Amino acid sequence: MFFRKPFKPDKKEIKAEVWRKCDSCGETLHIAQLEKNLWVCPKCSFHFRIPAKKYIEYIFEKESFVELFNEIESDDPLNFPDYKKKLKKAKEKTGLKEACITGKGKIDKFTVCAFISDFSFIGGSMGSAYGEKFYRICEHAVSEKLPLISITSSGGGARMQEGILSLMQLVKTNLGVKLLEENKIPYITVLCDPTMGGVMASFAALGDISLAEKGALLGFAGPRVIEQTIRQKLPEGFQRAEFQLEHGMIDEVIDRRELKKKLIKILNILWD
Amino acid sequence: MLEFEKPVYELEKKINELKILSKSRPELLEEITRLEKKLEKVKEDVYKNLSSWQIVQIARHPDRPHSIDFINGICGEFFEIRGDRFFGDDSSVIAGIGKIDKTKFVIVGQEKGRSTKEKIDRNFGMPHPEGYRKAMRAFSIAEKFCFPVITFVDTPGAYPGIGAEERGQAWAISMSIYRMIGLKVPIITFIIGEGGSGGALAIGVGDKVFALEYSIYSVISPEGCAAILFRDSSKASKAAEHLKLTAKNLLEFGIVDEIIKEPKGGAHRNKEEIFERVKEKIMETYEELKKIKIDELLRKRKEKYLKIGIYKEVKNGTTGNT
Repeated sequence: MFFRKPFKPDKKEIKAEVWRKCDSCGETLHIAQLEKNLWVCPKCSFHFRIPAKKYIEYIFEKESFVELFNEIESDDPLNFPDYKKKLKKAKEKTGLKEACITGKGKIDKFTVCAFISDFSFIGGSMGSAYGEKFYRICEHAVSEKLPLISITSSGGGARMQEGILSLMQLVKTNLGVKLLEENKIPYITVLCDPTMGGVMASFAALGDISLAEKGALLGFAGPRVIEQTIRQKLPEGFQRAEFQLEHGMIDEVIDRRELKKKLIKILNILWD
Repeated sequence: MLEFEKPVYELEKKINELKILSKSRPELLEEITRLEKKLEKVKEDVYKNLSSWQIVQIARHPDRPHSIDFINGICGEFFEIRGDRFFGDDSSVIAGIGKIDKTKFVIVGQEKGRSTKEKIDRNFGMPHPEGYRKAMRAFSIAEKFCFPVITFVDTPGAYPGIGAEERGQAWAISMSIYRMIGLKVPIITFIIGEGGSGGALAIGVGDKVFALEYSIYSVISPEGCAAILFRDSSKASKAAEHLKLTAKNLLEFGIVDEIIKEPKGGAHRNKEEIFERVKEKIMETYEELKKIKIDELLRKRKEKYLKIGIYKEVKNGTTGNT
């Protein structure tokens, strides 16, 4: 599709290769140095895509995070070509059961619920299981009276392999957000590279406060589809986080190294 | 005329020619009767086992009735509202207030346009964010005056363009869906042609959702799916089968509540008939919905959408809800 090849810092791979080139400035970087820097290039502050588990490690207090609803997994309701194979491969590659992790944990003094999607699992796309997990974590946040933080990265949005059922998850996830609103539960979205299509056009767009990582591609239609439609090249920076800030769609563009601090700052006002 | 409809059209042409000739040659009447019987049989055969791709073609048929036709065909009176009060007017979405018999409604529909000029003016039915924001204006009017809402879904999808993205179409789609799930009046939705992904769903949340027999609703166009799946958009016919996007599929998945039967061969072959059926369905459904208290209606709307989805809950090995 239209996004860059995802980077997957798989354990084996990290051992196997010690160096990595920055996708943006081309600087050769030591993996250990990148790890320490939360996978942000120290030279040009390019944000590498990182798996959901890394966000948990970077944001939550050590060993405080408990996963919830991980019994919910994708089925193959359309009997779609190669979908079962794709799911199996994604599970093996990521060690996850679905394209998102839901759970709760501590950030500083705050216990919060979290929804974190993982781009390396079928592009972080939303199918029935993904939508259901989002709704359940909203219910959980309401019943436990805990704020919800959603961290998204999704290339295509709704998962093609589940057809119209995926599209309907836009409604289900919005119902989750509505539940939060009715119960006055804070909902903070962190939009990471890329958050596109049906994910951006549903729950990811509805945060009380909306942060976006530097350089993240955010929008509905993918740049390639737009270029093919209008038959012209898109301007530099189109649909990036900075562009969306300028157009009034998000509240702040943040550096990943500041993410935890920012979340604490917001929670300190909203939830103290 | 679509390729597979050829035998029907050819026979109809022949019958019409004979009818003209029969004015001076009454002995032809017998032949006409014979051919008319044959026509019924041919129609039966052609339209009985349509493939998903053939249904896609009917859903996109150049003569298929559009939102504007339904509005004109059903409403006694209609006043169109224009503009989103932010940026502009998007004519790929028609919204307004109207009367059907004596009942007042707010009506919103996507409109593809008929002539080449109109198609360009209406952007082939592909909305910009202003379209959804105009729809939301209409929803607010509905709520203020307690008018039920009717929506007609017929779009290839949201417009993949620079302006649409600059003005936040993802946000506009999400907000429109959000508005509809909490809207305090009954919503009746008709998928009348093409339900193209997020752009369709943005006006497609309803208490009752009906699909015309030869309409489609999909997360991605068959062409787009084929380009990803087979790296070849010409394999759209194959992709259409896999996507399960026909009205029949939608009913099975619980996406639509009921299928509205079309005249044989599609709504374009007898527009009056389909207008009548849709009008009847609107009145009948509204009679039913207006009896339900609003809190109850919203609860049911919510439950309906929470039920949609098929997944596994692996802990106890069961497959989740449908």
